[in-house]
Amino acid sequence: MKAFLLSAAARFTGQAISLFARFITAPRAVWQGIEPAPTQRVYFANHSSNGDFVLLWTVLPPALRKRTRPVAALDYWLTSPLRAFIGRDVFNAVLIDRRPEVRLQDPVSQMAEALDEGSSLILFPEGGRNSSDQPLLPFKSGLYHLAKARPEVDLVPVWIANLNRVMPKGEIIPVPLICTLTFGAPLHLALDEDKETFLARAAQALLALQPQVQS
Amino acid sequence: MTSPHLLWLLAGIGGLLILASVLGEILRSRLSPQGENPVIENLNARISAWWVMVILLAIAFLAGKPGVVVLLALASFAALREFLSLTHYNRADHWSLVACFFLVVPLQYYFILIDWYGMYSVFIPVYVFLLLPVVSALHGSTRDFLVRVSEKQWALMVCVYCVSHVPALLYLQIPGFEGRNIILIAYLIFVVQLSDVLQYVWGKLLGRTRVAPTLSPSKTWEGLIGGTLSATAIGTALYWMTPFTPLEAAGMCLLITLMGFFGGLVMSAIKRDRGIKDWGHLIAGHGGFIDRLDSVIFAAPIFFHITRYFWSAT
Repeated sequence: MKAFLLSAAARFTGQAISLFARFITAPRAVWQGIEPAPTQRVYFANHSSNGDFVLLWTVLPPALRKRTRPVAALDYWLTSPLRAFIGRDVFNAVLIDRRPEVRLQDPVSQMAEALDEGSSLILFPEGGRNSSDQPLLPFKSGLYHLAKARPEVDLVPVWIANLNRVMPKGEIIPVPLICTLTFGAPLHLALDEDKETFLARAAQALLALQPQVQS
Repeated sequence: MTSPHLLWLLAGIGGLLILASVLGEILRSRLSPQGENPVIENLNARISAWWVMVILLAIAFLAGKPGVVVLLALASFAALREFLSLTHYNRADHWSLVACFFLVVPLQYYFILIDWYGMYSVFIPVYVFLLLPVVSALHGSTRDFLVRVSEKQWALMVCVYCVSHVPALLYLQIPGFEGRNIILIAYLIFVVQLSDVLQYVWGKLLGRTRVAPTLSPSKTWEGLIGGTLSATAIGTALYWMTPFTPLEAAGMCLLITLMGFFGGLVMSAIKRDRGIKDWGHLIAGHGGFIDRLDSVIFAAPIFFHITRYFWSAT
């Protein structure tokens, strides 16, 4: 009974958060070089706001959304009961520990495990929120290790535009502005491709999806 | 709120939409059975979106004054969201942007709802105009300051102030026309939007000479003249449901269809400058809210003030 109530509350909260995200950002998905097909994927995106994975999750078609799990930082999402409920119960996040000295499980094997169960993943390879003036921070190596561990899975770059304006780091009230999410052609690790080359190629593929609007 | 005239008008629009849907389907089966003709597909998407817009408007009309005020407040919100998404961004503007959406929009429509003419007609052009830049200034950044505050003021004038003159029509007191003001809104929107549709149709059929080649490839003299004149003729034929005589109705229709055309022209200039084709994507086939509202935005305040000056008792 308790488990049932918790899952109902989680589903309802998920819908409410998604609806609120739509009201504020009217998000639009642009599928450019890839279709929203129900194949297993790792979506990797730029990260500037806590709303990033919510928005990506929201614009996926419902059938895909159900089996897509965000990869999020355990050291952030388990710090309060509310965050834990949203991170673990509502979005069913794969919670990884960013602190190598205390963690019990290797993040890459956690992600590979989730993939082996049939889930798709949402990943932010910058490792944290970007509040600099650079469009993208250098990628952490997780994406490379995951690509190496599961070379058959599609790695799909997703550029999330404008969300950093909606809710800059440190602000509480969001400004309603339209956000666009551009999905690009999938990447795979090439034979003999080393870590630096692959991460640079992945970052380049992501940056290339930025919408070209004068401002 | 319901008057027989309103029901007639809604029934007439329903009939037109059924006709348009049937024609759209015939064209699709003849010319685009696999969806390969983008013009036909866009036409059908537009017709479907028209159904949604007309049904929403009809529900708001039947719900009375609060219904109309809330519907247009939401339209203003969506239009403002589109407009401000394209303006210069500066971190220092966060709070003035929050104020635009969550203070200015509700207050303007609240003043309309309580029929405080002296306030809603100066709130944005005077109070917001003077106070909003102060919020931005207090946050320190002077970079592009004039551009930033001007863009916000323009966005509010266009998306909130002008649009709010549509529901304001409900509160005019026209002797002999009591209880039928909703007709003024229906009439304004019908004539202006019909003119847009007819300009599109005439332009597609006969359009050769562009009015403003640098602004918009689809606006032609043939479309403009054919569209405004035929919309004016239809609007004039409906004079009996308005407070106007046939001649007055013709003058009004010509005025609002021309203002509507100017609205489309000005908003196209902004889109061109920003390098975009549509303001948004929420109304399938049409683009965004501003793409659909641009003509009403320019026509509404003029229609309101002329009607108020010459016909209203207040």
